[in-house]
Amino acid sequence: MLDMARRARFVIPGGDVRLHHCTGDPGAMTPPDGRRHDVTAATEAGSTAPTSAAEELARRRHTPAQRIQHLLHSHPAISPALILVLTAIVFTALNPNFAQPNSLSLLVQQTAVIAALGIGQTLVILTAGIDLSVGAITILSTMVMATLAANNGVPGPLALLIGVLLGLAAGALNGLLVTRLNLPPFIVTLGTLSIFTAIALLYSGGQSIQEQKMPPILNWTGTAIRPFGPGSFYVTTGVVIVILLYLIVGFALSQTAWGRHVYAVGDDGEASRLAGIRVNRVLLSVYTVAGAIYGITAWVLIGRAGAASPNAITDANLSSITAVVIGGTSLFGGRGGLTGTLLGALIVQSFATGLSLAGVDAQYRLLAVGVLVIVAVAVDQWIRKVKA
Amino acid sequence: MTSTHTPHGATSAGERTAVLSARGLVKTFGRVVGLDGVDLNLYPGEVLAIIGDNGAGKSTLIKCLTGALVPDAGELVLDGKPVHFRRPQDAREAGIETVYQTLAVAPALDIASNLFLAREERRRGPLGSVLRMLDKKGMKERAGDSVKALGIATIQNMGQAVETLSGGQRQAVAVARAAAFGTKLVVLDEPTAALGVKESNQVLRTIEQLRDNGLPVILISHNMPHVWQLADRIHIQRLGRRAAVITPQSHNMTDGVAIMTGAATVAPEEMAPL
Repeated sequence: MLDMARRARFVIPGGDVRLHHCTGDPGAMTPPDGRRHDVTAATEAGSTAPTSAAEELARRRHTPAQRIQHLLHSHPAISPALILVLTAIVFTALNPNFAQPNSLSLLVQQTAVIAALGIGQTLVILTAGIDLSVGAITILSTMVMATLAANNGVPGPLALLIGVLLGLAAGALNGLLVTRLNLPPFIVTLGTLSIFTAIALLYSGGQSIQEQKMPPILNWTGTAIRPFGPGSFYVTTGVVIVILLYLIVGFALSQTAWGRHVYAVGDDGEASRLAGIRVNRVLLSVYTVAGAIYGITAWVLIGRAGAASPNAITDANLSSITAVVIGGTSLFGGRGGLTGTLLGALIVQSFATGLSLAGVDAQYRLLAVGVLVIVAVAVDQWIRKVKA
Repeated sequence: MTSTHTPHGATSAGERTAVLSARGLVKTFGRVVGLDGVDLNLYPGEVLAIIGDNGAGKSTLIKCLTGALVPDAGELVLDGKPVHFRRPQDAREAGIETVYQTLAVAPALDIASNLFLAREERRRGPLGSVLRMLDKKGMKERAGDSVKALGIATIQNMGQAVETLSGGQRQAVAVARAAAFGTKLVVLDEPTAALGVKESNQVLRTIEQLRDNGLPVILISHNMPHVWQLADRIHIQRLGRRAAVITPQSHNMTDGVAIMTGAATVAPEEMAPL
């Protein structure tokens, strides 16, 4: 067959320009990484042919490092889990108080808000986007629900509902700007970060609202649940709400078609579209769900802080992104998950608590978190280069 | 190469009924005429190759057949019923599957997820209907079955991420997806263009298997040896028109390329039946 084609090249008058198409010249097709390619091809042939030297080579290439790479590729939450265990061991060794039920309770409560925001951030980052308006939406929801209830006489449950729906609407606005105007998520959320922050400040007049002025339902998330677990360990209702959020969204991500589509859209948007996924609809749903989660987090934040303050959680954007990235979710989309984000949020808070218990300057926390972020992204890049 | 295979009804051309039949397709892009009244018939159990120079209208033709473009004029008949595809989803729902040159697979997802992408199956009972849980195990099993049905022995683990596969294996996954869901026909756009020799052969075997399983195939390719090896009939596009329909038996590759480039023409009586 190849011979026929080669002959054809010389026979046809006037057709020579096009004829490079019909030669089966193998040299022209070998990709730049020819060596690896040959090995793969040989392995394929190996199923019918006896063991070849190339196949042997391919098998021997699975070094311990490659095995780790494969393991992390299929279970990205392993590395943050290891880091968290190591962190706990080191800080307990430095100061045994770290493992006391009381300080663990506090650790969990301090993690709750960032962990909750991390859920929405994970969803957005899985679609290869980024959400810089996390904190702004949360503060806007906080101020609206608190002001309505405290100053405008709106019943507590209704104020809460309006606050959560406002978060949802703010997320939907992000989603509409990303899908309808085709703007990059970074720019959209950078803009809405300023817009929502400004609205929250203007609406609240820059004033905090103390919990005494709010109806009980808004502070309910700060209620301690005792006894809970061994000793004096306890959680708040806010922590339980965050855990429920993790379970619900985690289920949707891993067990439903919607979850598959979120991953697929972040992995390769064009391929998803050709496969029949309505990409814009998935993106819009992700930003909307994220917004609703920020709205619920606003409620958790009021309970945690004991007040609604327009100047709270100023570091929410970077903290939530840090938790997601340390948790092994790829900033390029399509891989990662909620387990990692929860672990990531716990790691960051453990560093803060552990270092202060160890009597180290709090600035070292920043340093350590910075190093962790860079290591996490480097590991992600390495994992993405995985080969069979 | 096709000696082991006889297309259905190849001997009684007049009696066969086409699975898909296009009449007088016209598609213009502004002043550029992409398709100028093209007819095409696809019969059960055959591989119909479409060849042509760049700009001859191959891609426009298959895009009109698969709903990616809406023709300005002309009609499409699928299994005896006139159809009008407004978007790719319409053609897919009618049973026409397309394997795009870009493959359209999500690399980080596993093989089973890719096979069922946008067509996920849910569990039976309330777990599926209320909680909308996916039937992961069932999808894996069925993915394994459809890969096996195509005789691809090198892919074993359906939980493997597609990015860990070789180019030929990825192509095989894309073809397997088309085969699993294509009930009427499968369109393959340049399935071997990016592949090496061994991987190409694997894909060619897969296409033969597809045809032997009973699905008619429309194959677009620039690779003449592959076309002559696989096709039962060859539709040659030239300048937006159907220049000829030939068979690998009636004409050799040299003739085919000559017709494609306009160096030769085929008298209507020499043509293979449409």
